[in-house]
Amino acid sequence: MTGSREFFYRRLHSLLGVIPVGLFLIVHLTVNHFATAGEGSFNKAVGFMEHLPFLHFLEIVLIFLPLLYHAIYGLYIAFIAKNNVKQFGYFRNWMFLIQRVTGVITLIFVAWHVWETRIAYALGTPLDFHMMENILSSPFMFWFYIIGVICTIFHFSNGLWSFCVSWGLTVSPRSQVITTYVTIVIFVLLSIIGVQALVAFV
Amino acid sequence: MSSSKMVKFIISRQDNPNSAPYQEEFEVLYKPNMNVISALMEIRRNPVNTKEQNTTPITWDMNCLEEVCGACSMVINGKPRQACTALVDQLEQPIRLEPMRTFPVVRDLQVDRSKMFDSLKKVKAWIPIDGTYDLGSGPRMPEKKRQWAYELSKCMTCGVCLEACPNVNSKSNFMGPFVFNQVRLFNAHPTGAMNKAERLNAFMEDGGLQGCGNSQNCVQSCPKGIPITTSIAAVNRDASIQAFRNFFGSDND
Repeated sequence: MTGSREFFYRRLHSLLGVIPVGLFLIVHLTVNHFATAGEGSFNKAVGFMEHLPFLHFLEIVLIFLPLLYHAIYGLYIAFIAKNNVKQFGYFRNWMFLIQRVTGVITLIFVAWHVWETRIAYALGTPLDFHMMENILSSPFMFWFYIIGVICTIFHFSNGLWSFCVSWGLTVSPRSQVITTYVTIVIFVLLSIIGVQALVAFV
Repeated sequence: MSSSKMVKFIISRQDNPNSAPYQEEFEVLYKPNMNVISALMEIRRNPVNTKEQNTTPITWDMNCLEEVCGACSMVINGKPRQACTALVDQLEQPIRLEPMRTFPVVRDLQVDRSKMFDSLKKVKAWIPIDGTYDLGSGPRMPEKKRQWAYELSKCMTCGVCLEACPNVNSKSNFMGPFVFNQVRLFNAHPTGAMNKAERLNAFMEDGGLQGCGNSQNCVQSCPKGIPITTSIAAVNRDASIQAFRNFFGSDND
């Protein structure tokens, strides 16, 4: 036995990307969507999340630790690949490359986003509609957020597809094609939800 | 130009495993139905490059000449495939030949694929039938299953799927896509199934199945049309179950 730690690390990476990180993404986008109903509605939703019991525990165990693991091990996976889409321009090979590119963009975006919102909140900036309104008032930051949100959603949707293959849920070629379409629909729907919320702040 | 048609080749050469690769160009007289092998043989007969310089004949591997042994695999116009079935009529010219650099290059177009055979040994890709006495005949295999397994057994360890895979490279220890197929083949065999857990556990060690990143280049490139990605997902499923069994324990094997 030379050890099977790599198997455990890789499967843990795959699992954490969906549960809890992917689920948290859906919750986050849903809560953001309250912004489309106006400032009061958004502030009420944020207030609810802010006053959840065991907030720090939930944040650390369900968000920070899984996210950190997924991000760091993901970077290792991304840089171990020798991309070859020029030579092999197949659809899945492109998805393989884009998955790694969006992963890196998502990491940069999320790091900045956490700094600007959660850490700023911890340092005293009130967490409300105005916080996002201020951030998104700069056109550069607005487009940074648009790109960041779409990359994150793409990474989640396409990651869901490879999650299904990596755990052996979708085995036959037909099931993998159907999952491709399902994940495209998930990508489009979540992108609409995410962009609508961002637009609501400007 | 005269009535005789010439075929131009740009060949990536390398004198020994450690020397730097270089390119050399050749022109060969066109013959109907010629393939890359017959062109290489023509160059070997008269090793003169397009600069009219005498040079060494090109080294390459070959054996069956009918795409069942996998020995003559090389990168032809950017795609890894067998030189024996690469017909000159179907190739864009100039024809570019390179060795499959995923493997250690021995010389010119010849590579050393022994790491593939080491991987097969590692995952016990065989069926143990030897005993200290005659074990008799094994369980029968349904004909339908035999026909299905025959498709998987077409793998000739040619190395094309490793060359196409973005996760098989010098930075990674991933054994390559072909292993999934062999593990599935031997696990599906009625006698081979008796060692299913052993094979799965060996393939779950470092360098094993977790190295797959689902780029699916393997299934697109396989010259034998083997459903490699189906085997990948199927073995992933078995490994998921095996991992749970290993962790929680099972009284079922």
